[in-house]
Amino acid sequence: MTRAQAAILIGERFGGAQVQGDAPFVVTVPVEQWQAFAQFAKDSLGCRFFSFSSAVDWKEQGLELVARVDNLDDGIAVLMKARLAPGVSSCQSLVPVYRGANWMERECYDMFGIRFEGHPDLRRILLADDWEGHPLLKSYAVDTPHPPYR
Amino acid sequence: MASPTLSQVELDYSGGERLTMNMGPQHPSAHGVFRAILTLEGETVVGVDAVIGYLHRCHEKLAETLTYAQYPSIASKTDYVAAMTSEFAYVLAAEEIGKIEVPRRAQYLRVITAELQRVASHLLWLGTWCMDMGGALGGGATVFLYCIRERELILDLFESLVGARLLYGFYQVGGVRYDIPAGWADACRGTITQIDQRIGEYEELLEQNPFFLARAHGVGVISRELAEDVGIAGPLLRGSGVNFDLRRAAPYSSYQDFQFNVPTEPQGDCFARYRIRMAEFRESIRIVRQALDGLPAGPISSRPGLKSVAQVRIPKGEAYARVEGPRGEVGCYLIADGSAKPYRMKWRGASFSNLAVLPHIIPGHKVADVVAIMGSVDPVFGEVDR
Repeated sequence: MTRAQAAILIGERFGGAQVQGDAPFVVTVPVEQWQAFAQFAKDSLGCRFFSFSSAVDWKEQGLELVARVDNLDDGIAVLMKARLAPGVSSCQSLVPVYRGANWMERECYDMFGIRFEGHPDLRRILLADDWEGHPLLKSYAVDTPHPPYR
Repeated sequence: MASPTLSQVELDYSGGERLTMNMGPQHPSAHGVFRAILTLEGETVVGVDAVIGYLHRCHEKLAETLTYAQYPSIASKTDYVAAMTSEFAYVLAAEEIGKIEVPRRAQYLRVITAELQRVASHLLWLGTWCMDMGGALGGGATVFLYCIRERELILDLFESLVGARLLYGFYQVGGVRYDIPAGWADACRGTITQIDQRIGEYEELLEQNPFFLARAHGVGVISRELAEDVGIAGPLLRGSGVNFDLRRAAPYSSYQDFQFNVPTEPQGDCFARYRIRMAEFRESIRIVRQALDGLPAGPISSRPGLKSVAQVRIPKGEAYARVEGPRGEVGCYLIADGSAKPYRMKWRGASFSNLAVLPHIIPGHKVADVVAIMGSVDPVFGEVDR
């Protein structure tokens, strides 16, 4: 598959998506299509390699999901994005599509407090189970006290 | 009634009993602090819960509080066994957003140090992995000590270049911090020639050892499908038959100038991963030789000397830069807001993704194989936990 063919496919199947660039394709989809788009990228674009997923906190504009998947054979990559409405922190999980999303989404939950619906094992991964707060939110101050440590 | 004899007890054991065993967080084979909660049926592992995070320092939050000039030397603390790699990814991301030129001499110096780093990292991996498999190699620490001896030679080179042996701060946005001192290139050629010879000695030492072969062949098989789905990279991915190397697929920093092979093995077991890394030693050495021979003259940075740490400002934008580290794709997803500090930075740690494959491949193996499999994944916990 070439990048031009991939661009046509994305346009046909996800008309509502915004597409920028082609290396990688930066595709912003409505959040309801998050999992459906991942499934499409895997099956139709051949992006079987799960690179990473994470989030960005845009303060009062809400959270943004980011994930990157690659087609290693044809050199096609998709950086998929979706915006959550302000105050919303739950969305579909990508684990049913990519097993690599398991740990990545656990980290995202740990750091941003996003609840991934359909995740088989959503619990903290890097921080301790009794940690309070989600450190990568912009509202979380770097010097937040944590007794008894500091 | 006679008490049961030992053989009767063994015969009566149905294997239906399950035992939960903690491996780590302080275990010599963990290469850091890693806890695997193993569920055992007899000697066979049926379930793994991997517990990580013991070395977590929240690099991603830290990066939001440090300027583009400050963070590269902190980035080296993510993967401290291959410190050059993470610095490399970070500065590449900043340069991509800021469209900052890097002089060719600096690009070549980056290649030389990154490849030397790969050799040093693989040496540490080979030594510690062989130590994990200890008794089977007739003396355990033998290969480890040989490897450490060779790694020291590379650390000596880094010390004379940067002044540090483990964490460097060598890369900076726009170039590198130091030029090579007089006589360094010859010393480097001497070192890599020496290591090149000794790699062959290790191969003979290991591949003629039936115990080593028995513990590596067919153990911890990762299928291509699983490898891509979980997103493992580097020697693990190539050991599962995927011919993918970022230096070839998406060349950065002048890698297109060099001749090298991308070794792949189809079997996906511990032995395949071992073969890949042994072949990569030689390819890295080849690249270093070519880069030293073709080292262009000129400046080592496109940026003027810094007067303050906040002097490097990156315009609004975002980029995902990735480099082929010793453990695979090390990616830095950077969002800049026009100030001297990034708005958001995400590390794609190669070890994090590689380690995530363990729960999928360990079940069904014996406890002793867990050690061999974990070593063959080559995790560095600074990079897993970040």
